[in-house]
Amino acid sequence: MSDEQSWDEDDDLGPLVRPYAVTRGRTRTGRPELQVITLVMTSRPLEQIPRAGLDDEHVQILRWCQRPLSIVEVSSHLHLPISVVKILVGDLIARDLLISRSAVNPDIKVLQAVINGIRRL
Amino acid sequence: MVFGGSDPYMSGLPVTTAKILIAGGFGVGKTTLVGSISEIPPLRTEELITEVSRGVDDLTGIQNKTTTTVALDFGRITIDDYLVLYLFGTPGQDRFWFMWNELSDGAIGAVVLVDTRRLDGAFPAVDFFESRGIPFVIGVNCFDGAEYYSVDEVLRALDVSAPAILCDVRDRESCKDVLILLAEHALTMAAAAGGLT
Repeated sequence: MSDEQSWDEDDDLGPLVRPYAVTRGRTRTGRPELQVITLVMTSRPLEQIPRAGLDDEHVQILRWCQRPLSIVEVSSHLHLPISVVKILVGDLIARDLLISRSAVNPDIKVLQAVINGIRRL
Repeated sequence: MVFGGSDPYMSGLPVTTAKILIAGGFGVGKTTLVGSISEIPPLRTEELITEVSRGVDDLTGIQNKTTTTVALDFGRITIDDYLVLYLFGTPGQDRFWFMWNELSDGAIGAVVLVDTRRLDGAFPAVDFFESRGIPFVIGVNCFDGAEYYSVDEVLRALDVSAPAILCDVRDRESCKDVLILLAEHALTMAAAAGGLT
């Protein structure tokens, strides 16, 4: 991939036959804190992120995550298994290109918010 | 959109998440429930589950690993400016999600949907949540033409003590009632456990 490639180009590769090929054989993330519903978002506007050294799947993740999005939503949009997305997201966090927010512990305050929120729907 | 407010680049993400599982037997209406109440059309994805097994006559100690793909349908509800709720259902007759510990860890709880014509479909889910102390409620999905049973009769047949409600998973208001029942049940359990945080 050339560094000059535009962010606007759609280079969707479609579903991949061997999921761990895109992680270069890695089958687990070094970031156990990443969960199915962990939210991730780009750490800065896309135009300010250099594409050098990023794989196509990294780029696709950054495109989707210009707003907060959960790991499971990224997985669905990219047609990649959740565990594969966690590894790729971990790469991007390590480069300070994504920030993350863990799921909340469902304590009493959260449960009351959920009850009120569903009632309002 | 909900993610407004302060600049997330400066302050980190102001939004956090929680999850509820929708469980039950094959064809009981799990994905229909998710679709009835989700603010997005239900999405599907998959996860790779690695099952480690050791052969009984295997003296070498070498473990056999089998990778299984488990499908997952999910939807999303924005609760308020700070909280997004995800609903997860496993489509089809999928026994493998029980091996997927992360899915239930940290969940608010679970709705076990029951079809009174095929009660046995609910047993694995009830056993799973009971044994792990995860709050759950029984949603008795009233299919057209299904023989009517009372909530008490269903609970007796399942031999389970949990809040239960008759529902129609195609109806949004009915789905709201089911989720509120679960959240109230989880709240009661949390309060009883002394979790007054």
